[in-house]
Amino acid sequence: MSRVFRWFARHWVMGVAMLVLGYLFLPIAVVGALSFNRPSNRLSYDFHEFTLDNWRNPCATSDMCDAVVRSVQIGFIATVAATALGTLMAFALVRHRFRGRSGLNVLIFLPMATPELVMGTSLLALFVAGAVPLGFWTIVIAHVMFCLSFVVVTVKARLTGMDRRLEEAAMDLYASEWQTFRRITLPLVLPGIVAAALLAFSLSFDDFIITNFNSGTTVTFPMYVWGAAQRGIPPQVNVIGTAMFAIALLLVLASMLRGRRARRAAIAVPVPRATSRS
Amino acid sequence: MSALAHVPTGSGQPASPPPTARSGRYRLLPYLLLLPGAAWLFLFFALPLVQLAAASLYDPNGTLSTGYAMTWAFGNYPAALQTYWPQFSRSFLYAGIALVLALLMGYPLAYAIAQKAGRWKNLLLVCVIAPMFTSFLVRTLAWKTILSDNGWVVGLLRDVHLLGPDGRLLATPIAVVLGLTYNFLPFLVLPLYASLERLDHRLLEASSDLYASPLKTFRRVTLPLSMPGLIAGTLLFFIPATGDYINAELLGTPNQYMIGNVIDSAFLVRLDYPQGAALSFLLMSAILAVVFVYLRRAGTEEVL
Repeated sequence: MSRVFRWFARHWVMGVAMLVLGYLFLPIAVVGALSFNRPSNRLSYDFHEFTLDNWRNPCATSDMCDAVVRSVQIGFIATVAATALGTLMAFALVRHRFRGRSGLNVLIFLPMATPELVMGTSLLALFVAGAVPLGFWTIVIAHVMFCLSFVVVTVKARLTGMDRRLEEAAMDLYASEWQTFRRITLPLVLPGIVAAALLAFSLSFDDFIITNFNSGTTVTFPMYVWGAAQRGIPPQVNVIGTAMFAIALLLVLASMLRGRRARRAAIAVPVPRATSRS
Repeated sequence: MSALAHVPTGSGQPASPPPTARSGRYRLLPYLLLLPGAAWLFLFFALPLVQLAAASLYDPNGTLSTGYAMTWAFGNYPAALQTYWPQFSRSFLYAGIALVLALLMGYPLAYAIAQKAGRWKNLLLVCVIAPMFTSFLVRTLAWKTILSDNGWVVGLLRDVHLLGPDGRLLATPIAVVLGLTYNFLPFLVLPLYASLERLDHRLLEASSDLYASPLKTFRRVTLPLSMPGLIAGTLLFFIPATGDYINAELLGTPNQYMIGNVIDSAFLVRLDYPQGAALSFLLMSAILAVVFVYLRRAGTEEVL
């Protein structure tokens, strides 16, 4: 007992950290548990009875699955567009000096510092003033807008940390600019671009506030959950929540594992021979 | 022409200018790269803000169906503030309390991951982000189950008499603040972690070698060196928390409504655009003012 006590005295910061992580994971555990729940009635949020039905038939409430599919479509289009535009911007900002650079940095920074509520309402004000019909495409426009800054920042970070000498070496070896870009630059920046795309997708998929103002009658998954919160949440919502969590976690863990293996492989290369050849 | 002649060096600023045949293209290239993204941000971020400002000055007697007349009705601002002062001030109060709670929880967490976790660092970092993979709304609804009147949390608190026999958590300010703390905590932890991770452990050892108590080491070494992350994290937490209305809606009652709930209903239920726009603009100005004062006091040079 006293040993446990002494361990805590020495490691109390770690202890507190673990408690906070517990706080962060508590709702996830509840969502997971509720995905196996047969609720006693529509408006009940308590665990009533164990069942696998929700997992066996996640699309029992078909309008929910429609909403999920729509969210994935919007997320996909917004991700592709935001990643493309943002990557180009990141290249320009890191690799070039030009007039108006600091002003542009502010324009990119501001959407991240503006409350979503303000972005959502201002876009709505613009769409209404321009008589633009709200729906699928206004949601896409909004999502590209708020994902863009995050993509720029993520890709910029990767580009800034890159060793320029590798590209210079390629060009010294008579690679054309295009070849250098294809064979050296792109593969080195790619992890940053992929991270930015994943971030953009998750931001888009999860967004409620901005979408709520610009969706008209189009229903995305978060909007479906919001509406259902008033009518009674079907337990399948928790299945989607749990599945999303599991898929994302697997993706991250897989990439971590791959990174570790790649590092190990790099260490395994006999270093002296590699240098003597150059 | 040697291949070396057109090697771009450094960070894009050619030490020796590239051959003249190419310089025209080089000068235009950054603008071409920037054009689509910058145009998007201008059209769908900057321009809407101008439109929002305009909408906030529309004639308050207009309706969405008959159209609004631009009457430069500056009176919309004091009118909106007067009506919704409780919700407005509550937003900042709740976000402020949630921020203090988040700092108390987030600092030890960030410190432990950055300085004490060793080879578990990356895994713990994933654990901080992982809860965000599940939808924001679904997680907030899970708090409804956790805090429900016949849940074990309320039961436990009643047993130890921290809550009265029919005391409750759900539909109280406590639930809303707890939800805000929970939802935005990772935004505080990540930048804090980034700056604590760069903290040189030898400085802490040097401090204790010089007979500083752990508390003094924290106050004089750790805290000042983590300031950039602390400032960034505080802002990343406070700005969305102030504008949030999901927690107040799902975990509270109209007595806990924040300004976001009012703006949402102004735009989507009451269709009172001038008032909604005025409140939106007031919220943004107030946040900007708070951020500005805070940055002036905390020192901007580390952040901007």
